[in-house]
Amino acid sequence: MAVCGSACGSNCVPKDTEGEEGERLKRLSLEEESSVRRCTKCAEEEARKECNGLCAGCFRAYLYGKFKLAVTSNAMISPTDKVLVAFSGGPSSRVALEFIHEMQSKALACWDASNSQALPVFTVGVVFMEECNISDELSDQADDVIAQIRSIVSGLSPPSKDLHIVPMESLFSSDLRKLVGSINDATGREDFVRHLRMLSLQRVAFEFGYNKLVLGLSASGIARHVLSATVKGQGYSLPADMQYVDTRWKAPVVLPIRDCLEQELVTLCNLESLKHVQVHDKPCTSINGLVSSFIARLREDNSSREHTILRTAGKLKPFNFNKFSSNQYEYVPSRLRPKFQFIETGEPESPEVLCPICTSPLTATELATTRCSQQMKGLNIKEMEAFYLSCCQSCHFQILPKEETSMSCDGFF
Amino acid sequence: MEGVEASEKVKRTTPRLCSLCNQRKAALRRPKTLEQICRECFYNVFEDEIHRVIVENNLFKPGERIAIGASGGKDSTVLAYVLSELNKRHNYGLDLFLLSIDEGITGYRDDSLETVKRNEIQYGLPLKIVSYKELYQWTMDEIVKAIGLKNNCTFCGVFRRQALDRGAALIQADKIVTGHNADDIAETVLLNILRGDIARLSRCTSITTGEDGPIPRCKPFKYTYEKEIVMYAYFKKLDYFSTECIYSPNAYRGFAREFIKDLERIRPRAILDIIRSGEDFRISTTTRMPEQGTCQRCGYISSQKLCKACVLLEGLNRGLPKLGIGRKKGGSGEDQEQSKWHLENRALSLHGKHGNVEY
Repeated sequence: MAVCGSACGSNCVPKDTEGEEGERLKRLSLEEESSVRRCTKCAEEEARKECNGLCAGCFRAYLYGKFKLAVTSNAMISPTDKVLVAFSGGPSSRVALEFIHEMQSKALACWDASNSQALPVFTVGVVFMEECNISDELSDQADDVIAQIRSIVSGLSPPSKDLHIVPMESLFSSDLRKLVGSINDATGREDFVRHLRMLSLQRVAFEFGYNKLVLGLSASGIARHVLSATVKGQGYSLPADMQYVDTRWKAPVVLPIRDCLEQELVTLCNLESLKHVQVHDKPCTSINGLVSSFIARLREDNSSREHTILRTAGKLKPFNFNKFSSNQYEYVPSRLRPKFQFIETGEPESPEVLCPICTSPLTATELATTRCSQQMKGLNIKEMEAFYLSCCQSCHFQILPKEETSMSCDGFF
Repeated sequence: MEGVEASEKVKRTTPRLCSLCNQRKAALRRPKTLEQICRECFYNVFEDEIHRVIVENNLFKPGERIAIGASGGKDSTVLAYVLSELNKRHNYGLDLFLLSIDEGITGYRDDSLETVKRNEIQYGLPLKIVSYKELYQWTMDEIVKAIGLKNNCTFCGVFRRQALDRGAALIQADKIVTGHNADDIAETVLLNILRGDIARLSRCTSITTGEDGPIPRCKPFKYTYEKEIVMYAYFKKLDYFSTECIYSPNAYRGFAREFIKDLERIRPRAILDIIRSGEDFRISTTTRMPEQGTCQRCGYISSQKLCKACVLLEGLNRGLPKLGIGRKKGGSGEDQEQSKWHLENRALSLHGKHGNVEY
């Protein structure tokens, strides 16, 4: 609706400008009476109540902007990548999928239009992990959910995306249901399923040749993780799971919507009618559930509390696996490249020792305990005992059984 | 079959034995470990754990004069009692004093001060009382009248800290001990995460603070559960004052306290786990931290030009109740210091909102 001067060179169709101007003035005066708020950014469209004073268009641009900044400034996706998006069906991963699709479509359009076509466009696959056979979830709705997932993914083309629907128990040789059921602690059970999920995603990525894994973890999800990890005594390893990049895995894990609040993502889904699967809120007796409801209460009191939690945790030192090795930045624009080309400061940091169950780095105390026990037992140490000693104190408490009984997970890890 | 039933019936009527000594009848369930133990064993483990904390952390040296921050509440009463006991039992060689602060809260502090005066007689520990009125010329009653009920805890906390230091100096104490328990420290860790106070987060789990200052202070109850302190005081029939401060209902700490109470119900060891997390946090070296200096006006320890007490006092005396409260640019109630660093950090960081990602 730009009002062009007479020097305008583009082929805009001259409209009845006087009429248009008159309409606008009329609207403005009406607004002053009915107090319709205008978007604080573009001042043209109506501001939506749930979009913090922005109109729907600017709100979407704001969220997409955060996504794009995260991806480009962390070199998350290179043109040669085969990216696997973990899609749970929920609103957060739905938006992640939508934004990745948009980025891919734009890259494809550029590629189509370019003469050289030197840089390829990254490929995207989607994975949905079926877990209903492991935990006590409603399995009769599973078929509906899968049908919805299929229709969502097939609608996201061109370019088309492979969809992998994988029942988790098919990836492991052990009886997962029995294994999960043998864990007494409710929180431990949930956390163990979460670790299994990551292992499963990695196995799918490996099997189908994907080299990056995208998770739709939002700022709210990270805030929950910060508090739960604190409460479980995992203060040392807390920063590991909340950075943009995590290279502990064969397919590095990236979090492109890390800066978006869950509330914002849900709003976007509603505004754009992005189909997603409703996640049923089970009554949670675990610590994770308690943390969730605590954060919900804090959010009611102050809507920016999740950002503050994230900011505090963002000041904790990340690990050396929370960035790519330097040769992965060759596609980063040159103005950003100096940020990644760090100067070698002398002795390299020694690699962290990771817990075999949850892959969190062990603290110095945990390592010392392990080494001490290993030294004392020497060669007499049994495989199961050695395994127990190599786990972090949190997994020890909430996941591993109290007695070193034979678990059906020999060779599992 | 009948024999089995009979013996089972016998089992049910025999009372459960203490799981530690296996001799006496179990009288209570220990909140920290959920063990069923007898009273004597409870006293033993309670006192013994505190003794080990004192020894392993080198809290005291023989001959030191120790000021016990005494409010008349359960924590400080039990602290005075146990410290007195352990001092005798294990020959710490300490000179113990009770130091009490009168904030000037009618109907609350004047009652709890009576309790401390009784403690002085009961435990034979000399008592020194220091009041806000004599130090700052303001009582908490007057302060609340001036500023209302939203930020009064900030004033009281800041003033009390200085008051304890001043009082300890008056009685020539070498150290101050306070009754902060595990629940308090866990709440503080959570609060500092929620409020974005990375500087305090890095300090709040230390068992001794202010070692580079004139009078260090330590918290022997750092790993002691509040529930166990209450239980100990109850069984030992110790004299303490148990009413909540009349001005406290709106404190933000209440959020964290409620959460921790719920957490303790699910997993008792979570309180110690929070403290462990707090100890294990590693602050990124690119984060701006405050530098310790001295207040230009009163010489007290301060990271800014004027210490917080001076800033707050100035606000009170000039009739500006919000001076020293909240951020410079408005918003949630974070300190001025925080807002300064946040603004500077935001300019430095490429990512804007979420802190410096270290490379």
